Amino acid sequence: MNGLALFWRRYRRNRGAVAGAATLALVVVAALVGPLLYPVDPFDMVGRPSQPPFGRFPLGTDVAGRDVLAGILNGARISLVIGILASLAATLLGVLVGAIAGYYGGRIDDMLMRVTEFFLTIPSFVLAVVVVAIFQPTVMTVTCAIAIVSWPSVARLARGEFIAQRDREYVKGCRAIGMPDWEIILLQIMPNALPPVIVVSSLMVATAILTESGLSFLGLGDPNLVSWGYMIGVARTVLRTAWWMAAIPGAMILVTVLAINLVGEGLNDALNPKLRRR
Amino acid sequence: MTAPMPPVLAVEGLSVEFRTARGVVRAVDDLSFTIGEGETVAIVGESGSGKSTAAMAMLRLIADPPGRIVAGSIRLDGQELLTLDDASLRRVRGRQIAMIFQDPMMALNPIYTIERQIGEVLRLHLGVGRAEAFAQTVELLRLVGVPAPEDRARQYPHNLSGGMRQRVMIAMALACRPRLLIADEPTTALDVTVQAQVLELIQELKTRLGMAVLLITHDLGVVAETAHRVIVMYTGGKVEEATAGQLFADPRHPYTQGLLQAAKWEESDGVELREIPGTVPSPFAMPTGCSFAPRCAAVVPRCQTDRPALTEILPGRPVRCFVAQGAAR
Amino acid sequence: MRQASLLFLVRRLVQVVPVVLAIAAVNFFLLRMAPGDVADILAGQMGHATLEFTQQLRREFGLDQPVYMQFFYYIGKLLTLDLGRSHLQQAPVIDLILDRLPATVILMLTSILIAIAVGIVLGVAAARREGRLADTLVSVTALVVYATPAFWLGLMLIVLFSIQLDLLPSGGMYQIGAGRTGLAHALDVAKHLVLPSVTLGLFYVAIYTRLMRASMLEVYGLEFITTARAKGLSETTIAWTHALRNALLPVVTLAGVQFGHLLGGSILVETVFAWPGLGRLVFDALLQRDLNLLLGILFVSSVVVVFANLAVDLIYGLLDPRIVHK
Ligand SMILES: Nc1ncnc2c1ncn2[C@@H]1O[C@H](COP(=O)(O)OP(=O)(O)OP(=O)(O)O)[C@@H](O)[C@H]1O
Ligand SMILES: [Mg+2]
Repeated sequence: MNGLALFWRRYRRNRGAVAGAATLALVVVAALVGPLLYPVDPFDMVGRPSQPPFGRFPLGTDVAGRDVLAGILNGARISLVIGILASLAATLLGVLVGAIAGYYGGRIDDMLMRVTEFFLTIPSFVLAVVVVAIFQPTVMTVTCAIAIVSWPSVARLARGEFIAQRDREYVKGCRAIGMPDWEIILLQIMPNALPPVIVVSSLMVATAILTESGLSFLGLGDPNLVSWGYMIGVARTVLRTAWWMAAIPGAMILVTVLAINLVGEGLNDALNPKLRRR
Repeated sequence: MTAPMPPVLAVEGLSVEFRTARGVVRAVDDLSFTIGEGETVAIVGESGSGKSTAAMAMLRLIADPPGRIVAGSIRLDGQELLTLDDASLRRVRGRQIAMIFQDPMMALNPIYTIERQIGEVLRLHLGVGRAEAFAQTVELLRLVGVPAPEDRARQYPHNLSGGMRQRVMIAMALACRPRLLIADEPTTALDVTVQAQVLELIQELKTRLGMAVLLITHDLGVVAETAHRVIVMYTGGKVEEATAGQLFADPRHPYTQGLLQAAKWEESDGVELREIPGTVPSPFAMPTGCSFAPRCAAVVPRCQTDRPALTEILPGRPVRCFVAQGAAR
Repeated sequence: MRQASLLFLVRRLVQVVPVVLAIAAVNFFLLRMAPGDVADILAGQMGHATLEFTQQLRREFGLDQPVYMQFFYYIGKLLTLDLGRSHLQQAPVIDLILDRLPATVILMLTSILIAIAVGIVLGVAAARREGRLADTLVSVTALVVYATPAFWLGLMLIVLFSIQLDLLPSGGMYQIGAGRTGLAHALDVAKHLVLPSVTLGLFYVAIYTRLMRASMLEVYGLEFITTARAKGLSETTIAWTHALRNALLPVVTLAGVQFGHLLGGSILVETVFAWPGLGRLVFDALLQRDLNLLLGILFVSSVVVVFANLAVDLIYGLLDPRIVHK
C-alpha cells in the first residue's frame, strides 16, 4: 500500500476529522470562487442599512448598507490567507530555531531556548497589538505580528524532535562520511522530525485566524480589506437592534477554526499513530 | 485422619478474557484451586501465562474494558466474591484480601506520605481516627522492620530505598490483618540481597498472623523455599499441581520438567538465562491440541489433535498431559 | 526544608531580572522602530507636547549619544517606573496603568478560578466516563468552545442575557451614579463581573477540561491506582484524591504558560464589556494612536506575567513533594 493511501486510511478513521476536512473545503471554495460568483464590492453601499438576512440580500446589510454576504466571502479570503501565511512563517522560523538548538545542543541550545521561553512569557496578543499599531495595519504587518508571537511553540517541538534524532545511528553514519551539518539537518533529520511539526502548524492556522479576528475587531485590520473581525466590530454598535449582523461573521470564524482543529487532530492520528490521544 | 479444614479461598472454573483490537484473548482458562488456612500456594509459569491476571481476578481488579471474568466462582471463607455488590466488595478488598505488587515504586502514590497511604486503609476499614491511625502505622512499620518508623512514616516513597518501599507495601497490606495475602512477584524489582529479606519477612508474618498466602513468581528457587503447594500455569490454564516436595522431586508434566531444567541451568552457569526451547503460542493462534505440544519433547500424535483434560494421575496430583496420564494412544 | 524553599524563592527572583531586562530591550527596540524619535513618542507624538518639552526629553535621553547609551537611559527611566507621559490623558503612563491594573487583575483571577474549578470537575467527570455519552458531550462542547472567539462570545452573551432576558448588565464595572458603598457596591461589581468573567473563562474551561481529562486518563493507567482499588477505596475517593492530585501537576504547569494568553483575551473581553481595565486602556490608546501608552502596557503586563509564572512555580513545588528546591 502506498503512503498516501495509508495516510488516508488512518485519517478516515477519525470521523470528526473527515467532517472538519469537508467543512474546511467548503470555506476554501467560498474564499476562492465566492467573490467571483457573487461579484459585489463589500465596501459598496448597496441598500438601506441594517436589513435582516433572507431579504433582498441573502445575509442582509450592515450599518452602512454594505452587503454582508460579500463581506463574508471576502473575509474568508483574508482569514485563510493570513492564517496560512502566518502559520507558515512561524513554522519556518520555529523549525529553524528548534533544529539548530536541538542539533547542536550545548550553549547554542541554552541561548536559543532562553529566547524562546522569553517569547512564550510575553503576553502574545498585547505584543501583536503593539507591533501592528507601530507598523500600521496591513496584511503584511498583521501576518508578521502573528508569526512573531507564534513561532516559539514550534521551536520547542522541533528541538525535542531533533534531540531525539541526533544521536541515532543513521545520523552518526552521515557524520562519519563527512556530510555537512546543514545537509544532515535538512535532508536527513528533517523528514523524520516533520510529522509532529505539521500537526502543530496546522493547528496554528486556527489560532492565527482567531488572533487576526481579534486584531481586526480592535480596528487593527488592513483598512482596505473587509475581514470577519472587522465586521463584528462594526456590528457591535447595533447589537441591540441587529444582533445577527455580529452573529454571522462570528459563526463563520467559529466554524472555520473548529474545522481546522478537527483536521489537525485527524492529521495527528494519521501522521503520529503512536502518539494518539486515548 | 482429621476432617479437611474448609479452605480460605476456593477458586473454581475461573476464566478471564480480554477484548483487544485483534480479537479476544483468553488469559485465564478454567482455573481451579484452593488455599487453606496458613498455607502458601505458589503459581509459577513463564511470562504471559496468566499469573497476574488470575491474581487480579481474585479481587476483581481486572479493568473492564478490556478484561472480563467470563466464568467461574471465587469463594472466600465460603462467600462468593463474583456476585458481591460494589460496596461489599470494597469491604473485602484491603481488609480480607490484600495485595502487594511487583514494583513498589509504581505501586505507591508518589505525592502522598507513607503515613497517609497506610493510615488510609486503617481509617477506611477499621474506622480509627487520625492519631490512632498514625500510631498503628508506626507499629506496622516497626513490624515489617522499617528502622526509625516515626520518621519514615512522614516521608514520601521517593525518600525510601526499593527494599524499604516493599516493606511499606507489606505493612499496608497487613494493616487490617487480612485472611489472604496475594503477592505478585514481590521481589522481582528488588536487589538480590534484599529479595531474601522480603521473602523471609512474608513467611514470618504469615506464621505470626496466620494468613493464607498466594505467591506468584517465576523464580522456582523462591517456590522451593516458601510454598507448600505449587500450581504450574501455561497459556492461561493449570497444567500441573503438586506439593512443593513432590513437584521438585518428581515433576510429571513436560512443561514443569522444562521449567525445572531451565532453573537448574540458570543456577549452574548463572550468567546465561536458559529457557525452554520454542516460544509461547500467540493467544490468537492457539494450537488445536495441547497448547504445549509445539514445544514439547515428549509429544505424541494425539497431542496435536486432542486437548488433554486435567486428571489426577495420583491422589492430589492433577496433570494435563496425555503422556503423563498414560493415555498417549 | 523551609530554608531550602526560601533559597529557591530568592534564586527564582534573581532569574527574573534578565527576563525583565529583555522585556525592556524589546520595548526599546519597538520604540525605536516607531515613526519619530524616542523623545517625540515619549512626549506624545501627535504634537501636543511643546517644543521645549521635547527638546528637554531629547537631552534627558541623550539622543545625541550612541544607541547603547540611549538604552541605558531608558533602563534607568524604567527602574524608576518612569514610562513617559500619555499625551492623550495628559498623565504619566505608569499612573494610568496602575489605575487600571486592579480591574484587569480582578477579571483575570475570577476567570481563571472559574476555568480551573469547572475544568477540573468536567475533566474528571469525563475521564471517569471515558467513551460514554457524557464524556463525548463534554469533549465535543469543549472542542466547540475552544474554537469560539471570546470577544464574539461576549457579544452573543450580551444579546442573550442583557438584551433579550434583561438579567445582567451589558457593560461597565458598577452602576455609575448609584453611589453604592460597602456590600451593596461589592454585589453590584459582582453582578457586572458575571458576563465578562464567564466570557473570558469559557475558553479556558475548554482548555482545562481537555487537559484534565487527558491527564486523569494517563494517571488512571498507573499502578498506584490499582493499589488504591485493592485497598478498598471507592472510585469516587480514588478520583478526587489519588488520581486528581497527580493529574493536576501537568495542568498547573500549563496554567503558568497560559497567563500571558489570558491577558490578551482580557483585552478583547474588556473592550466588549467596557470593563475599566488595561484592555480598555489599550483600546483607547489605539483609537488615539498613543504608542507610548501601548508600550507601557506591554511592559507592565509582561512583568505581571513573569511574576504570575513565578507564583505558579511555587505552587507546583507545594503540590509535588518530589521537587526538591536545591
Ligand atoms: N490489559 C490487557 N489487555 C489485553 N491483553 C492482556 C491485558 N493484560 C494481560 N493480557 C494478556 O493476558 C495474558 C496473561 O498476562 P499476565 O500479565 O496475566 O501474565 P503473567 O503470567 O503475569 O506474565 P508475567 O510473568 O510477565 O507477569 C497475556 O497473553 C497478555 O497478553
Ligand atoms: Mg505478571
